[in-house]
Amino acid sequence: MAAITLIEAINLALAHEMARDNDVVVLGEDVGVDGGVFRATLGLLKRFGKERVIDTPLAEGLIAGMAIGMAAEGLKPVAEIQFSGFGYTVIDQILNHAGRMRHRTQGRLTCPMVLRTPCGAGIHAPEHHSESPEAMFAHIPGIRVVYPSSPQRAYGLLLAAMRDPDPVIVLEPTRLYRLFKEEVADNGVAAVLDQCVTLREGTDITLVTWGGMVHETLAAADALAEEGVVAEVIDVVTLKPLDMETILASVARTGRCVIVSEAPRSCGFASEIAANLAEEGLLNLLAPVRRVTGYDTVVPLAKLEQRYMPDKARIVAAVKQVLAFS
Amino acid sequence: MNIVARFEIERRQFLDEHGKALAPLPAFAEDAAALVALYRSMVLMRAYDAKAVALQRTGQLGTFAPLIGQEAVNAAIGSAMRPDDVLLMTYRENGAQWMRGVTLRELFLYWSGDERGSNFSGARGDFPICVTIAAQCTHAVGAAYAMKLRKQDRAVVCTLGDGATSKGDFYEGLNAAGVWQLPIVFVVSNNQWAISLPRAHQSACETLAQKAIAGGLPGLQVDGNDVIVLRQVLDEALAKARAGGGPTLIEALTYRLSDHTTADDATRYRSADEVAAAWKLDPVARLRAHLTERGAWDKAREEALLKDCNDTVQTAVRAYLDTPPPRPAQMFDHHYAVWPAVLAKQRAEALGEEI
Repeated sequence: MAAITLIEAINLALAHEMARDNDVVVLGEDVGVDGGVFRATLGLLKRFGKERVIDTPLAEGLIAGMAIGMAAEGLKPVAEIQFSGFGYTVIDQILNHAGRMRHRTQGRLTCPMVLRTPCGAGIHAPEHHSESPEAMFAHIPGIRVVYPSSPQRAYGLLLAAMRDPDPVIVLEPTRLYRLFKEEVADNGVAAVLDQCVTLREGTDITLVTWGGMVHETLAAADALAEEGVVAEVIDVVTLKPLDMETILASVARTGRCVIVSEAPRSCGFASEIAANLAEEGLLNLLAPVRRVTGYDTVVPLAKLEQRYMPDKARIVAAVKQVLAFS
Repeated sequence: MNIVARFEIERRQFLDEHGKALAPLPAFAEDAAALVALYRSMVLMRAYDAKAVALQRTGQLGTFAPLIGQEAVNAAIGSAMRPDDVLLMTYRENGAQWMRGVTLRELFLYWSGDERGSNFSGARGDFPICVTIAAQCTHAVGAAYAMKLRKQDRAVVCTLGDGATSKGDFYEGLNAAGVWQLPIVFVVSNNQWAISLPRAHQSACETLAQKAIAGGLPGLQVDGNDVIVLRQVLDEALAKARAGGGPTLIEALTYRLSDHTTADDATRYRSADEVAAAWKLDPVARLRAHLTERGAWDKAREEALLKDCNDTVQTAVRAYLDTPPPRPAQMFDHHYAVWPAVLAKQRAEALGEEI
C-alpha cells in the first residue's frame, strides 16, 4: 500500500469508480489531455477515452447544467469546477435544478451527480482562487456537501459521493492537495456519509472543524496537549446534512466548544453549528461557544492571506479564553 | 481583406395567413387525415388553455401561462418526436406535453401548485417544466451527450422563448451542442414578447435564428403559425440529429395572443391594434381554412370537435378537482432517495410525528 497525497487519492477514487461503473463520466475544463490543473484526472483520458473524460468548453454554468442533464438521463457525471471562485455561477444550477430534480418530479427523475471543486486559501494563488463557499452550498436543500481533510477520507468520500443517488458537492482543500501523504488502500470501500469523524478524543474542550482547517486545528490540539489541555477534535466531514448528534454528545462531555473555519464569519457554517449548540446543548455548556474564522472581508491576496486564515495561535488563544471563562 | 465566413438565414413557410399553399406541400401534408389529426390537437390545446384561465379566474387554479397563439409549435413538436426522445420545455409547451402523454389532469395539478403534476404518467423521460429561463439549454446538452455516448437512436428537443436567447445558458448550451455535434433540436418560440419587453429590445440581431451561427450550428426561421412547415423542419432536424448530423436551431415566428401569465396585464405595454393584427395570423384558423378548402373539414365536424374537446377538458377538470390534496409528507419524501437520519427531527417536527 502506497502513501499518496490527497490529490492522488482523488485520482485513485475516480479511476476506481470509472473502471467499476461505465456510467461514471468526468467532465470539466482541462480535465482530459491536461489531466486537470491540479492533476486530479491525470491518466483518465488515456485509460477511459475522450467520450468519458470530457474536456468541456470554458463555461462553468454549462458544466453544472450538463451534469444535471446527464444525471437525469442515467449517467453518473463527476464535474470539476477548476477553482471555487469560478463556481458561484454553478450555484444557480445546483440550487434551482440539481437539488430539486427528485422533489420536483416526485422521484420520476433524479440527479446523481458529483461536483468537485478545490477550495480555501493558503496556496498564494491569484484572486478568486481561495474562496470558502461551503455555507452557500450547505444552505441548498436536496444536496449533500462533503469536505475531506486527508487522502484516506478523500478517497472514501469521493467513492461515496459517486455512489450516492443524489447530488453531492465535494469541496477539496487545495492547501492539503500535496501537503502530506497517507497510506490509502484502493479497496473500493466508500466512506459513510452524514457522519462527523472524531479525530482525537479529549476531555477539556471540543474543537470542531472541516476541510483545510483540520490541519491547523490538530496542530493547535498538539500545542494545547503540551500545556496539559486535552482537546477533542471533530472533523465535520459532511456539512450537509449535518450530524449534530456527534458534536452535541462531545460537548456534553467537555462543556466547551470552539469552532474553526476559514470562511468569513457572518452566516458562515460555524454559525450554524453554534446555533445548534445554543438550541440543544446550552445546559451542557460551561462557557460561551467561540468561532475562530476568517474575517468579514474578501480573502486577501497572497501577501496577507496568512493574516486572514485562522492559524494555530488564534485557535489556541480562543481555547484559552473559553477555558478561562469558568 | 479576405472574407473568411459568410452566412445566410433561410425563412420557410407553406401556408399563408389564409391557409393557402404557397408552395407544393411536403409528403406528409398530402394526407389530409394527418393534418386533421394535428388540427384536432390544436383545438384541444385551445380548449384546455381557455379552461385553465377560467379556473384561475375563479380561484380554482394558481398562476397559469397561456399558450394561445402557439398551438402550431406545440402540435409540431408533440407529433414529430418519438416517445423515447426527450423534451426539455418551458411553461408554454403544455400542448406538446399533452401530445406526448402527460395528462391534462397532471397539467392542471402542476399549475395548482402540486409537485405530483410533474410526475408524468406518460413521457416519463421528459424533463420537468423549466421556469428559470434558458437553464434547460444546458440540461439538454447533458441529456443529448448521454444519448450520443450510449449510441442511442434518440434525440432531444429543447424549447425556449425569444427572451431566453439573451441568456448565457442559451449560448453555453448552443456552443457545446455544436462542439460535440449533439442530437438536439432547439426550438425558439419567438412570440415577440418577454413579459413586457418586445422582441426589438431583446436583441439587435435581424433574426434569432442567426444566433445559432455563433455556436456552429445551422439556424433557420419559419412561420411559427404554419404547422406544416414546423412539422417539416422538425422532421428534418430530428432525422439529421439521429443520423449523427448534429444540432439545429429553429426560430418559430409566432405571437403570444394572451398575457404572459394570468398575473400579467399585457394592455399595460402593447396596443390592441397589434394584438388584433396578430389574431389575423392565428395558427388554428389558418389550418382550419386550409382543411376546409381541401374539403377535409366543415362546420358539422368543427362543432363536433369543439364538443369533444370541451368534454375531454371537463373530464380532466373533474379528475383534477377530485384529486386529494397532497400529504404534508410530500414536502420531504423526495428530497433525497432517503430522508437523512440526521434531519429526522425536522421532518418529525413539521409533520407532528414521533421519531
